[in-house]
Amino acid sequence: MNKQPLEITVNGESYSLAVEPNRTLLELLRDDLDLTGAKEGCGEGVCGGCTVLMDDKPVRSCLTLALEASGRHITTVEGLAQNGELDPLQQSFIDHGAVQCGFCTSGMLMAAKGLTLSKPDADNKEIRDAMSGHICRCTGYTKILEAVEAVVDRSKEKR
Amino acid sequence: MEEFTVIGKRISKVDAVDKATGRALYIQDFKLPGMLYGRILYSKYPHARIIKVDTEKAKALPGVVTILTGEDIPPIRLGVYKDNPPLKSGKVRSCRDEVAAVAALDPEIAKEAIDLIEVTYEALPAIFDPEEALKPEAPLVHEDHKTNVLKMPWNLHYGDVEAARLEAAFNVQERFTTTWVTHCCMGTSGAIADFDNSNNLTVYTNTQIPSLAQKDFQETLKALGVKDRRVRVIKPSIGGGFGSKLDTYAYEHLAILLAWHARRPVKILFEREEEFLATSPRQPTVTYISMGCDREGKLLYRDMSMVLDNGAYTSWGATTPSVMMMPITSLYRVPNVRYTAKCVYTNNTYCQAMRGYGNPQATFAIESAMDMLAEVAGIDRVEFRRINCNQPGDVTPQGLQITSCGMPECIDAVSESLDFGRAGEKGIGTGLASLIHVGGGARIYKSDGCGTIIKMDDYGKVDVFSGASDMGQGADTVIAQIVAEELGVKVEDIHVFHQDTDICPWDVGAHASRTTFVAGNSALGAARKIRLRLLAMASKATGVSEDKLVLKDRAFFAEGSPILPLPKLLRSSHFTPKGQMMMADNFYDPENENMGRDFRGNMSATYSFGTHGVRVKVDEATGKVEILDYIAAHDVGRAINPMLLDGQVHGGVLMGVGYALTEQVILENGRNMNPDFRDYKLLTAMDAIHSKPIVIETVDEKGPFGAKGIGEPGCVPTAPAIANAIYDAVGVRIRDLPITPEKVLAAIKKKKGAVSCGIDVFTQKEQPCE
Repeated sequence: MNKQPLEITVNGESYSLAVEPNRTLLELLRDDLDLTGAKEGCGEGVCGGCTVLMDDKPVRSCLTLALEASGRHITTVEGLAQNGELDPLQQSFIDHGAVQCGFCTSGMLMAAKGLTLSKPDADNKEIRDAMSGHICRCTGYTKILEAVEAVVDRSKEKR
Repeated sequence: MEEFTVIGKRISKVDAVDKATGRALYIQDFKLPGMLYGRILYSKYPHARIIKVDTEKAKALPGVVTILTGEDIPPIRLGVYKDNPPLKSGKVRSCRDEVAAVAALDPEIAKEAIDLIEVTYEALPAIFDPEEALKPEAPLVHEDHKTNVLKMPWNLHYGDVEAARLEAAFNVQERFTTTWVTHCCMGTSGAIADFDNSNNLTVYTNTQIPSLAQKDFQETLKALGVKDRRVRVIKPSIGGGFGSKLDTYAYEHLAILLAWHARRPVKILFEREEEFLATSPRQPTVTYISMGCDREGKLLYRDMSMVLDNGAYTSWGATTPSVMMMPITSLYRVPNVRYTAKCVYTNNTYCQAMRGYGNPQATFAIESAMDMLAEVAGIDRVEFRRINCNQPGDVTPQGLQITSCGMPECIDAVSESLDFGRAGEKGIGTGLASLIHVGGGARIYKSDGCGTIIKMDDYGKVDVFSGASDMGQGADTVIAQIVAEELGVKVEDIHVFHQDTDICPWDVGAHASRTTFVAGNSALGAARKIRLRLLAMASKATGVSEDKLVLKDRAFFAEGSPILPLPKLLRSSHFTPKGQMMMADNFYDPENENMGRDFRGNMSATYSFGTHGVRVKVDEATGKVEILDYIAAHDVGRAINPMLLDGQVHGGVLMGVGYALTEQVILENGRNMNPDFRDYKLLTAMDAIHSKPIVIETVDEKGPFGAKGIGEPGCVPTAPAIANAIYDAVGVRIRDLPITPEKVLAAIKKKKGAVSCGIDVFTQKEQPCE
């Protein structure tokens, strides 16, 4: 297959690449850019493990072609911490015991990040909605929801 | 109350930062130089003769390096019954049978090569119902075995059940069934096999049994004619275990065989569909139970028999009766018990351990029948359980020695938190169920042991090399806490290694909720050895007697004041003529017993107990069950880390709710009809229930700081508690898991006297209710 040019920004770094048209964003991130934080749990957009942000909106990178991300800004879990400081969501997941086996964690974090960016004052129902497309087999979701709620509540208090 | 600095604290999982930043590496993330990608061709038929496997076209595909069929490999037999070759020849016995394996330069080529392999089959009559498979005319799954019944008789009879039945004032009998559910680990199965030039083998694999896997892989090397070579097992971060990784599987051995032939590393990584099709689910059961009590409500007997669908091959699923015996003989006081179980070959998928190891299946029947018997006897359900409650000091008919036992407190806690009185509101009901589980290891093998090595460096940092396996449950953290407490350092001073058999000591595996108890005691023993040496050295250095010295906060204290920093003492021990190194090892094997020929024996050093209570709302128009409140009280001995403990309970409970209400692997004529997350109904955040864990601390005298196991219990009594609540709400008893809205609705209609429960979409005929 003929490779096509792709200009893409990932975690703030710009890349000029050539990719095959059938390459998924997940393959590009994991195999070409060595960003293995996003995980393939099902490969068909159901489990949410591969979620990354495209221009601050959560997308399933296993269902997104790399070329669809042309000119876009992608954020992966590796790009959440800034200058060595964990994102409040990462810290909250850690503090609340929301991480067990950790395979769903990066997708969960990116979904939560997408929500807090688009709706910083989300209520608990909206948090549940935002996280409901993500499967976790370890936690029963309780602590994941608590971790997200705590960050949203804190940002509400600040304002 | 003892004062602890680390034990009992809500400490984050030690690898949580790596996992929350994407640094943690799973098998999915491993790539070795020159690595090939392996793929497996599975059978088209549930039962067929293999006439011919033609690999010529596949071999001609550029990029294909190695192709193996059942004819190309030495005799290797996997599993507890040694009936499962990693590649089948002559015959396939289930749709997940491995027929050929390919190694190629990339995954796409491997996939294409698999499609190019042409297999000619001659279909054979197949058998899918275990009760049908018992009949003499049933087709044989393994002809040379002569019968479909496994030669693994599970029979016990303690006391005299028939005499007790005559004596009983009230009796119930019923049939219950459970079906296949599967682990759904978020990280799919995978392995990389890599030989060095001297034929030493390294296997990177998702396993809960590194030391036993090492032995299995050694057997495969032996079959290849390779003797006296090293096998090193490296565990990446594991994306969930839940019992699925308690055996080695064909794909791991195929990675080894392909790597052997290709002389290059080979990785086999399952896709999600393959994970559903080719991994082993929970053991399904058909259970017949009868139970009786006297006028006062004291249980007199429990009589159970089971037929287990073994599938076409044998793994640990076939041995789940060994654990089912525990609730059957010992959940509540019951003097006369009988149990018999038959494992029967069918052309279905074969089964494996899954969280609870048979206990959820047995407890579903027992606790459903407990409610039925309480009703017949006219005794309040909660009171009925109090009357028969296990008590400290009991020795059960199977010889289980109940030491610490918080079941009375668990029942009290649940009945205080949940109003079991009649709710009054239509469609609302409550239910409860209890559990007993091994909490102090379980002597399945001749050893139930675990080794630990600890070393300290110049700065008071501690490396702990443990046989334990962490797959997300928090073994790494609990061990770090235990060692930190004993050595007077902080959790962040400790690094727990558990990923590599070249470095870590031996262990029988992460099963039976044994890790906190067994690996914890092992680590505690090693830390204690170092602590005693440190105290002696510190006493010598300071002139203060050992009994006046306190080791905490990285220093030695005398009369409340720090007098000697720990790192200073450690350095001086290294920089002194004839100095010493702070290193210790410890092997801990609990005082528990193998079961004897009569299945008697105190299999665990202590037992965990719990009671769950649930309030549900049943929509009588749709049959849908909603969980309103869920209380999970557990006797855990001591909560070493209450946060991780809550995580085990929340996760276990939701897995149990899925087992009760939504999850099933649908097999039709041996074929998996729902091998994906859309059709296999896992609960999501929308269904997450607000479960409330209650921790009862009985401080077990044998547990590390008093702790008992809690990995599995969370999902054990969930299904019967919910089934009992549904009965309380709408008066229908559902005997078959999962309790889908269709089943509830049909039962409600039947109860109301409806003769028809709608038109069957397939046959277009009226279908009867149930």
